[in-house]
Amino acid sequence: MDIAINTGNSRYQVDKNGYYGRFGGAYIPEMLYPNVQELQSQYLSILSDPTFQQDFEALLRDYVGRPSPLYFAKRLSEKYKAKIYLKREDLNHTGAHKVNNTIGQILLAQRLGKRRIIAETGAGQHGVATATVCALMGMECVVYMGSIDIERQAPNVARMKMLGATVVPATSGSKTLKDATNEAIRDWINNPVNTHYILGTAAGPHPYPDMVARFQSVISEEIKKQLLEKTGSENPDYVLACIGGGSNAAGAYFHYLDREEVKLVAVEAGGKGVHSGFSAATTQLGTIGIIHASKTLLMQTNDGQIVEPHSISAGLDYPGIGPMHAHLYESGRAQFLSATDDEALAAAYELSLLEGIIPAMESAHALAKLKDLPLNTDDVVVVCLSGRGDKDLDTYIRHMNK
Amino acid sequence: MQNRIDQLFAVKRHNVLNIYCTAGFPELNDTLPVMTALQQYGADLIELGMPFSDPLADGPVIQDSSTKALQNGMSLHKLFEQLTSFRDRIQVPVILMGYFNPVLTYGVEAFCAKCAEVGIDGIIVPDLPMAEYENEYRPVFEKYNLHLIFLVTPETSEERIRKIDSLSKGFIYAVSSSSTTGKDKDMKDQQAYFERLKQLQLKNPVLIGFGIKDKATFEAASAYANGAIIGTAFIRAIEHSKNIDETVKTFISGITQ
Ligand SMILES: Cc1ncc(COP(=O)(O)O)c(C=O)c1O
Repeated sequence: MDIAINTGNSRYQVDKNGYYGRFGGAYIPEMLYPNVQELQSQYLSILSDPTFQQDFEALLRDYVGRPSPLYFAKRLSEKYKAKIYLKREDLNHTGAHKVNNTIGQILLAQRLGKRRIIAETGAGQHGVATATVCALMGMECVVYMGSIDIERQAPNVARMKMLGATVVPATSGSKTLKDATNEAIRDWINNPVNTHYILGTAAGPHPYPDMVARFQSVISEEIKKQLLEKTGSENPDYVLACIGGGSNAAGAYFHYLDREEVKLVAVEAGGKGVHSGFSAATTQLGTIGIIHASKTLLMQTNDGQIVEPHSISAGLDYPGIGPMHAHLYESGRAQFLSATDDEALAAAYELSLLEGIIPAMESAHALAKLKDLPLNTDDVVVVCLSGRGDKDLDTYIRHMNK
Repeated sequence: MQNRIDQLFAVKRHNVLNIYCTAGFPELNDTLPVMTALQQYGADLIELGMPFSDPLADGPVIQDSSTKALQNGMSLHKLFEQLTSFRDRIQVPVILMGYFNPVLTYGVEAFCAKCAEVGIDGIIVPDLPMAEYENEYRPVFEKYNLHLIFLVTPETSEERIRKIDSLSKGFIYAVSSSSTTGKDKDMKDQQAYFERLKQLQLKNPVLIGFGIKDKATFEAASAYANGAIIGTAFIRAIEHSKNIDETVKTFISGITQ
């Protein structure tokens, strides 16, 4: 396992100025310049350092439990008449793909000499993954979380606290992921020297989208090997992933970006319906702008005010997408679909009953689109099962009683 | 016509008082009454905040004023409407301060053209970094004779400060401490930084902002620079004001007398 380092000449990777096509960049206030500049100038050399790679690899193997299995879902395959494989990120320590990134970033923070870690979280998975690596390394950890999310993801709040993190409610704006991210950025402005911000998705100012994608690229690196073993080819016909900011999708697509024969499918949160006024389907509802210091697609009013999104899933309840995905959308390299709250719930129940796997609400959005793909019986489909559903039991139980 | 910011610094080099207020706050139609009172009672410069849903560099007080202004119905279109003929009454330089997204959505060139049309002199966009400005937007701002004012902080290297100075027009906004707006940090801790700035002998005037809240902090900052900027403290003062004119008068005389 090693972290993808060579940018090469890919049309879909970040360029030397931090852009993907016309998206990306670092629209940061001057107060963040030293921190972001330090990251920009050092991340590639740190990531390519052999001792860094050894540490990263060892922790992913012995602590996270990688490689995560690529599981052939037999009954699901029968139902959808295709060969469906689940990439089991739900089996990682802490229950989601998020930990791949936090392991990478905590090792980076150590090498930058930082002592204090901050993070934002929506579903709480990234917050838990951050609190976990901070406990592991003995670092101070502060996690910002929207007050609405604190309510709907209570088990994860308890886990973060047990792991020694301070959870700070974000009470501004929509009180969800966008606002938690604002608060984390404000914290970073106020603590410019000793703090590293572990951003949890492939969004934010350059180099975060690229750095996070590289840490998550272990997902597609493993898929290639595992598929080769199981099917005789590294390439599936489809890779399917849900998109909040886009980190699990970035990881699942990474090594396939330049293999145009592999179809990449991204599933956004449709909420109560894309045109219901309660949605988080950014590519359908969004236009170009700046969110969290990145030029990308985002949901906004005609006046450039960022809109409050809606999704039943806290991890997808975000009005933007990472710049890499905005570029994949605009270039047509990836196909973007959306799943409503109800479709995702139905898919979560279906996977539970057919395969004995309770998925995270987020991952259920990806599963929900199997029914809409024009699948042939020979098609190999990999779904990134980004996380497990323990944190969503309250939501699932409420639905069950309806 | 010479830019009003340059006119100001041509005649006044010390104790320049710049006051920030959020447009459309505390009530939608308070924008002009607040500006008029600011000029009347002695503000040298007015920094008018364009409210934004996600003001990353601001602390709670200015955030809340921004939220309130948006609830009041403020928008860029509305603001330009309010500013249509403000130059009949107001002569001091006026700077618009706001985040890049609304400007980008309005259209950078359309925005600059409109600013020039109504009589705006300068723009502060904290999340438009120097590199992006240089690569893409500088010609537009210059075409309309708008000064883009950059920030420097205690963590900004000398090399970068010099670069910012060479690219800046109007003045340089020296953030007193690395923080969001409205943080109470002790001015004394900042003396070394202010001293360092002064030694650099920059070509542009320097105004110090963030944490300036009263006569003492205004004077302390002005000792090292051409003047200072007050934001949060002023927003607090007018937040619940029953009489804008009276409140502004009291506030400014508390600083200048
Ligand atoms: C299980 C799971 N999947 C997906 C996401 C969405 O994030 P991303 O788009 O970065 O993968 C989250 C975010 O919280 C999550 O917890």
